[in-house]
Amino acid sequence: MGSNAIFIWPAVIVLLFFSIFPLIVSLWLSFSRLKFVKGGVEVINVGLANYHRLLLGSEQGRLLGVMETPALLGWFLSGALVASQIYFLYRYVRGGPWRIFGLLMRMLLACFIILLGWLTVSTVFSAGRPGAVVVTMTYVFVGIALQYFIGLGLALLTGQPLRGRRFFRVVFLLPMMITPVGVAFMFRMLTDTVVGPFSPLWKAIGLGGYSWVNNPWGARAAVIIGDVWQWTPFMFIILLAAIEGQPQEPVEAAIVDGASRWQIFRHITLPAILPVSTALVLIRMIEAFKIIDLPNVLTNGGPGTATESLTLSAFVFWRTLDIGGSAAIAYCLLILVTILAVAFVNLVRQRTTEAV
Amino acid sequence: MPMKRFFQRTSAFKPSPFQALLSYIVLGGWTFVVLFPIYWLVVTSFKLPSQVTNGPVYIPFVDFQPSLHAWQYIFVDVRNDTFRPYMNTVVVGLSSSVIALSLGAAAAYALVRFRYQPKLGLVGVFLFLVGLTVLAIAFGVPWWFAVVSALLLFFVAAITVGRRFERSLGNSDIAFWMISQRILPPVAVVIPIYVLFQQIGNVTGIKLLDTRTGLIIVYVAANLPIVVWLLRDYFLSIPIELEECAQIDGASTLRIFWSIVLPLAVPGLVATFLFILVFAWNEYLLALFLSSSQAQTMPLTVAAQNATRGPQWWYMSVLILIMIAPVIGMAIVLERYIARGLLIGAVKG
Repeated sequence: MGSNAIFIWPAVIVLLFFSIFPLIVSLWLSFSRLKFVKGGVEVINVGLANYHRLLLGSEQGRLLGVMETPALLGWFLSGALVASQIYFLYRYVRGGPWRIFGLLMRMLLACFIILLGWLTVSTVFSAGRPGAVVVTMTYVFVGIALQYFIGLGLALLTGQPLRGRRFFRVVFLLPMMITPVGVAFMFRMLTDTVVGPFSPLWKAIGLGGYSWVNNPWGARAAVIIGDVWQWTPFMFIILLAAIEGQPQEPVEAAIVDGASRWQIFRHITLPAILPVSTALVLIRMIEAFKIIDLPNVLTNGGPGTATESLTLSAFVFWRTLDIGGSAAIAYCLLILVTILAVAFVNLVRQRTTEAV
Repeated sequence: MPMKRFFQRTSAFKPSPFQALLSYIVLGGWTFVVLFPIYWLVVTSFKLPSQVTNGPVYIPFVDFQPSLHAWQYIFVDVRNDTFRPYMNTVVVGLSSSVIALSLGAAAAYALVRFRYQPKLGLVGVFLFLVGLTVLAIAFGVPWWFAVVSALLLFFVAAITVGRRFERSLGNSDIAFWMISQRILPPVAVVIPIYVLFQQIGNVTGIKLLDTRTGLIIVYVAANLPIVVWLLRDYFLSIPIELEECAQIDGASTLRIFWSIVLPLAVPGLVATFLFILVFAWNEYLLALFLSSSQAQTMPLTVAAQNATRGPQWWYMSVLILIMIAPVIGMAIVLERYIARGLLIGAVKG
């Protein structure tokens, strides 16, 4: 036992020092204000003032956005969201033995999701404007959905016995290797309507000289397109490996029985790649919430703060020496990611891995 | 009947020529989406400023005369400004990946083969003392005093109280804890690390801010969870019988690990190494906080181009190209390893 401990202690110590310890210090910093004085820093405890300022006070518009009464579509969407949450709770209670703890947790999660949904609806589908929380979630969920479906489609096509498969596999892998900062610059070049390669196209449809990066949703779309370009390969390559690794006998049997391609996909391939799919979504979700390079370089967070992600907001606060505010944003991000990741693991991932 | 054959599959697995044609159109379309930005980068790097600002030209030698001026500028005129961040990226990327791989491989192997039972109570006492130490330092207790007294308290607690807590954690708990570190947004931990590095510099004189050493340490910590996550499942797939034979022959654990397990795990090690190397190579946020001029890495240099001189796309294209060339080369060579290595982690992780 004694000598075996050598194997694991270095890793434990490194992680303790650079994850747990900074996390505790960060929490404490988020309750304080730092003043740089000569030869060091002076820390003043301000209690919850940083959080108050971000969530309710002067910086609310930046973090949460400007909330207005939503339009008709917004009311419809929030109604649908509430209904779906109630349905999930109903299904959990009806679907077999349920425990009070599980029900309580699910109710809390439903409230949290409805709150997030309401925040989105009242800032996006209304006269208001979304803040960093909603913008980050847009990047994450829209980005992951596009990456997954494009990646799956390409993997299914490349999984067929075609000539030149290896060429496609290698080419499709490339964007993942390119530094996000470089991706951001590439897409700045490509989206330029004056000197970019597609400028004749823009002119032809009457958008010559129009800077779509100055339009908030145009800029956000540019960030999402860059992110999808870069991370679709990650989905693609692992889904392809999973598709190629699935046992061939059931597929052969289905073909002999005259199953259609859609039936084969729906009943054989999809269940086989479901555990990998949920793992991929989880990994990408965790990583995508940390996005900073693309919005920072591609649009500089602008126009205004329209494309600012939470990490970028934290960095901007840090740059203006508002370290308490920066730590508070980081903690908001941490809480958001943790709740969503834990909920995903418990409600979605466990079910799919058990089913197979 | 040639027309009908066009829509027919020749075998159960092979698509019909028509389906193959459709597939090729879609795959070719995405190939264009992937390669065109990279092509544009290459072309732009050979353009004169006037050829960029006067509107797009597409094909060298056909609609414009390529020039090496941007390459000359980056490699000759400002070679020190290019060379230093490049060397920083190489040194930091390679050494942090090697260290993370060795620490992570050892930990992953240990989590697969040995049983650890850290007492829940001890972990609690430890975390409580860490919190107490931070609090004490915050209230102005000298740091060395706080740390030493916390260590003493921990040992006293470990000997007396610790053994009374019977509930213990298992290997899967440790693994989960390590892997879950990936959820932490780096921005939540980087500020304390900045302050810590600054304090270490002030108190002991060891400079960590804006040095390669500092970046290496942080990148090791950031990449360890990935290594443990990917390699744990790889080691699980290695049969235990070989190790048992070696054990009967009297080999020590360290020797078994070094000369039996590691050679068997080479494919997994290669995939993991490449993966974390790309992470370290492209890392932006931590470098942004922790380095300024001396230890600046390439992503920062590329990003800074914009702030200092406006979008001079011909220079930026050269910088991005020399930055992505090595990793793209490795990706092409090691493509098979990547898919397999990542899949093993993703299925079980």
